[in-house]
Amino acid sequence: MLDLKGYEWALAEGAWVTVQVALLSLLFAVILGMLGALAKLSPYRWAKAIATIYTTVIRGIPDLVLMMLIFFGGQMLLNDSLYRINEWFNEYFTSSDPTHEWTAYLPDYIEISPFVAGVLTIGFIFGAYMAETFRGAILAVDKGELEAGKAYGMSSFKSFHRILLPQMIRHALPGFGNNWLVLLKTTALVSIIGLDDMVRKGSLAAGATQMPFTFYMTIAVIFLLFTTLSTSALKWAERRFSIHTR
Amino acid sequence: MDFSILFESWDLYLDGFITTVWMVAVALVVGLIIAIPVGIARNSKNPIIYFPAWAYIYFFRGTPLLIQLYLVYYGLSQLIEVQGTLWQEAWFCALFVFILNTAAYTSEIIRGAINSLPKGEIEAAKAYGMSTPQAFRRIILPSAMRRALPAYSNEVIFMVHGSAVAGIVTIVDLTGAARIVNSRYYAPFESYLFAGMCYMVLTFTIIWGFKKLEQRWLQHLRPIV
Repeated sequence: MLDLKGYEWALAEGAWVTVQVALLSLLFAVILGMLGALAKLSPYRWAKAIATIYTTVIRGIPDLVLMMLIFFGGQMLLNDSLYRINEWFNEYFTSSDPTHEWTAYLPDYIEISPFVAGVLTIGFIFGAYMAETFRGAILAVDKGELEAGKAYGMSSFKSFHRILLPQMIRHALPGFGNNWLVLLKTTALVSIIGLDDMVRKGSLAAGATQMPFTFYMTIAVIFLLFTTLSTSALKWAERRFSIHTR
Repeated sequence: MDFSILFESWDLYLDGFITTVWMVAVALVVGLIIAIPVGIARNSKNPIIYFPAWAYIYFFRGTPLLIQLYLVYYGLSQLIEVQGTLWQEAWFCALFVFILNTAAYTSEIIRGAINSLPKGEIEAAKAYGMSTPQAFRRIILPSAMRRALPAYSNEVIFMVHGSAVAGIVTIVDLTGAARIVNSRYYAPFESYLFAGMCYMVLTFTIIWGFKKLEQRWLQHLRPIV
């Protein structure tokens, strides 16, 4: 039988980290996607422009490169600007009071954890894909129903959650499911920026035991399990949300 | 921020760009050749034929490309003697994995396209007395491949983006070049941003190319305005 040389728990812990990263970034992606879709459909030119630039740029760059850009580049950019702001403050105070000592008014070094960077990056990337999915789903909802909602005197929030949301879920589900499956597989990349997820735990175990095939195969099978579970859950959801159209 | 480092390392990026383009191109061409029989086999009613195709597609679509690459690049040495063979080379392992990966996705696209073909086209081929291979070659495949074009363009872009993992296993593709530039100058923002822009140019060129192809080959399916 499969012998993991006592690394079972390490892998299970890593799998839990992977699930957490995936679910949190999904949440972030859905929020960003909804905002992006509403911005794309809004009458404001600038909102449309920002959303279009966002979705276009994100879909043009590989997720791995974006992740490194945000994790390594973003960290540097953040700390550089923090340092500049501190320096500016200090120069300002020293000019009026020469005895002023250098103080860090803002924290001069913030370390972004790989977990946060991973969740933010993956969420940010898939927000762009979700925005496209949601935009299509919103457009698929009958305009007359929204107008009817308005005619009944519903506020825009009420008509959003009573009429638009329940109906767009049905149209958005297939695209949403695809995005989720791709997102799930993308989480494997967070191991590269140093997060102790399932892939990294597996790599460490593979190195220590000299059994790389066994461990990478185990991880592959766990991913298969995740995708299989997701597919059946999505099928169930699609059936549920399309009950009245059958 | 100092973008002058890009002038000093443009040749590295150019090398990376060329590596990315040729690896993706070879993977796509070979993958497509494999995908056609696999897609047809997946449609078969005989379990001995469709089950292996199904299992292959299921595995490669259900696991991350990075894991597949690790499995071949690091994992194979556990099973076979890789010393002195091509399996020792990172580029060979990456190419092998890219081919199998894109073939799995593409065969699913081809299968879908074959299944969504209007029944009349196939019936007409049969009525003309064509044998099954003849019908495939003359009617089904040409028509299905055209219809698969929009979905396939997505797969091509996924492959371009997915190929970035090659940079992790020592290959100097665009991502690998950015990693080297970053470690040389410690300028993560500039180095990765530039690589990202190169990918973006590549992506949009491909999208534009497929738009042109669709205009040409899907002309007859467009609604008459």
